[in-house]
Amino acid sequence: MKPITVLVSVDSNSVLLGARHFLNYLRDLVYDHNLGDVVEILETGSMGVYPEGVIVSILPDNVFYLVKTEEDVRTIFEEHILKGRRASRLLLDEGKVKSSVEIERLTQETRVVLKNVGEIDPTDIEEYIARDGYFALAKALQMRPEEVIEEVKKSGLRGRGGAGFPTGLKWEFTAKAKSDQKYVLCNADEGEPGTFKDRLIMEGDPHSLIEGMVIAGYAVGATKGYIYIRGEYYGSIEILKKAIEQAYEYGFLGENILGSGFSFDLKVRLGAGAYVAGEETALIESIEGKPAKPRLKPPYPPTYGLFGKPTVVNNVETFVNVPRIILNGADWFRSFGTPSSPGTKVFSLVGNVVRKGIVEVPMGTTVRDLVFRFGGGVEKGRQLKMVQTGGSAGTFIGPDKLDVPLDFDSYGKYGVSIGSGVILVIDDIHCAVDLALTVMQFFEHESCGKCTPCREGTRMAVDILTRISRGQGREEDLELLREIAKNAGEASFCGMGQSVPVPLLSILDNFEEEFRAHIGAERCPVGVCEFVRTSKKLKVK
Amino acid sequence: MREAILEVIEKARKTAEERDILINTLHEIQRMFGNFVPPEAIEVISEELKVPLSRVYEVLTFYTMFSTKKRGKYVVRVCESLPCHVEGGREIVRALKEELGIDFGQTTPDGLFTLETTSCLGLCGVAPVIMVNDEYFGNVTPEKVRELVKKMRGDAR
Ligand SMILES: Cc1cc2nc3c(=O)[nH]c(=O)nc-3n(C[C@H](O)[C@H](O)[C@H](O)COP(=O)(O)O)c2cc1C
Ligand code: SF4
Repeated sequence: MKPITVLVSVDSNSVLLGARHFLNYLRDLVYDHNLGDVVEILETGSMGVYPEGVIVSILPDNVFYLVKTEEDVRTIFEEHILKGRRASRLLLDEGKVKSSVEIERLTQETRVVLKNVGEIDPTDIEEYIARDGYFALAKALQMRPEEVIEEVKKSGLRGRGGAGFPTGLKWEFTAKAKSDQKYVLCNADEGEPGTFKDRLIMEGDPHSLIEGMVIAGYAVGATKGYIYIRGEYYGSIEILKKAIEQAYEYGFLGENILGSGFSFDLKVRLGAGAYVAGEETALIESIEGKPAKPRLKPPYPPTYGLFGKPTVVNNVETFVNVPRIILNGADWFRSFGTPSSPGTKVFSLVGNVVRKGIVEVPMGTTVRDLVFRFGGGVEKGRQLKMVQTGGSAGTFIGPDKLDVPLDFDSYGKYGVSIGSGVILVIDDIHCAVDLALTVMQFFEHESCGKCTPCREGTRMAVDILTRISRGQGREEDLELLREIAKNAGEASFCGMGQSVPVPLLSILDNFEEEFRAHIGAERCPVGVCEFVRTSKKLKVK
Repeated sequence: MREAILEVIEKARKTAEERDILINTLHEIQRMFGNFVPPEAIEVISEELKVPLSRVYEVLTFYTMFSTKKRGKYVVRVCESLPCHVEGGREIVRALKEELGIDFGQTTPDGLFTLETTSCLGLCGVAPVIMVNDEYFGNVTPEKVRELVKKMRGDAR
């Protein structure tokens, strides 16, 4: 190892802030000064936050810098690397960035899923292997498939894609289904607005996903796998393809893996822009080359999935938990989180929050901690108005529900959903009606059109909310909206339409007064909606 | 041109399982033609992959990333999801519509720009975000997108 290591956080978000450019510039500087033997410059995945600049850390000093320009890179090089003193102007401001959280996370080892993200070069399989990579696979291959499933069942791992179905149970169903061919699919469609954890996991630690999928294949008796990834995720697609190539080279994929006699092939398939493709049966249709329209359930994928064969579908984060569980045991895993939802959860902090980014915390962490302790509170010193938890299909809550601990039970118990782990912070300059309209427009746009309660319900909800936001709302509109929501929830064909009531009823219930204040009023009470006077109204006056 | 299309299909076939290469192939063909899949190509694909023409069209129209119509040289996509919306996304949409003089789904008369919406691009750490062809731009403001459009106009001349 060289005496000095510089880590530059390069991921799809930080690249837009110049990360790759800074990395190359730093490499040039080191090269020009003939310091190639002393300084190692490594690309690493996301460090979790984007404080309007790129994070660069220097080891072993454990110093974090924030870089915005080429000049900043030069300063760090000249001050820290050449002269050995801190470039204090560029040091990460503790208040603004969660370096304290970083340290806390590292010392408390709550980084289960993100263990390697931001620590290793994702394009180099050897760095992964050096951190116990593929050890879990080796261990699993020496166990019987039933034992692997038993361990996953005992861990209590539940699906991280939103629904929280017990993973071990799903695997058991698939293992028990008799068939000449079975499949393992990874749902990397990540369409839930505000969620970008899967993207950063794949970009920062692709091999953990591959390892988890091979273990799943061994456990259920599948020899083929697919990663279905959003077509827009160019960066992640490239990194994954490269990682798969390397895994083949090293014998972790392909024929007779590690001499066990077990073989597994893995391919990447692209989505093409459809939210509903994230629903597991729609995803299967899409891989089969059809429009992503959900299938009737049952039968469920474990008995009738891809090409009609038994199929396991899991989220990226779910698979990444698997090698950790196999290596450290179910009891270790259960030491994190809550009894009903063991383990950690990777949250995406977005919206009007100081530190946007991803953070991994134990299940059962409160919304307040996520927003204030990890997120640093509301941007620009404004007041918190509401938080949408769980994504667009999640719940809108007011400040009164901040102390709810988030896990898979929090929706049933407190009406606060964990969903895909989005924490969307919304400040007091936003209007509930406008937000409800934007969310319903999303649903209307993404409805696949297969069934009426979803297709027509979302269209009607958009019409009514548009009317309210123009100052033409009627007394009966709120009741109408509630009815549409209930109907879509009960009568829709798939999870998409069924989830319409979650955002719609929560925002209506928690912010009813604000909706009422739009009806029969002169202007939007928050000053966001633009009221239009109809000719009819003018005539009346 | 038929040759080029066949080449793409052959390459895709190498990684094929059964019927699972249609969408990956359409992505490749679309890239080859810039940003749309023309009718000639659709026919070749249908024949070669033994997928009915109607199915290929059904797929092309279902997914928002595909187009059967020629689009502008620059396809500008704006995120309309809540995370961008609460960070000033509405002003970005307004600025783009004004600067380009078109609405969503339209192409400027000079054939340079097509404006589209997109749902969340997973870049919420640097919201609001727009995409031009396959390049992303984060932390944008109305001024920045206007400048960007002007620059692209200049480049195209
Ligand atoms: C409309 C809709 C969209 C979905 N989108 C996703 C998604 O983007 N990613 C995901 O992992 N699961 C998504 N799901 C959930 C999947 O159907 C499925 O439950 C999940 O992939 C199972 O994996 P898990 O058990 O590991 O969570 C979606 C469900 C619905 C109804
Ligand atoms: S609920 Fe909506 S998305 Fe699901 S099948 Fe019906 S129309 Fe399609």
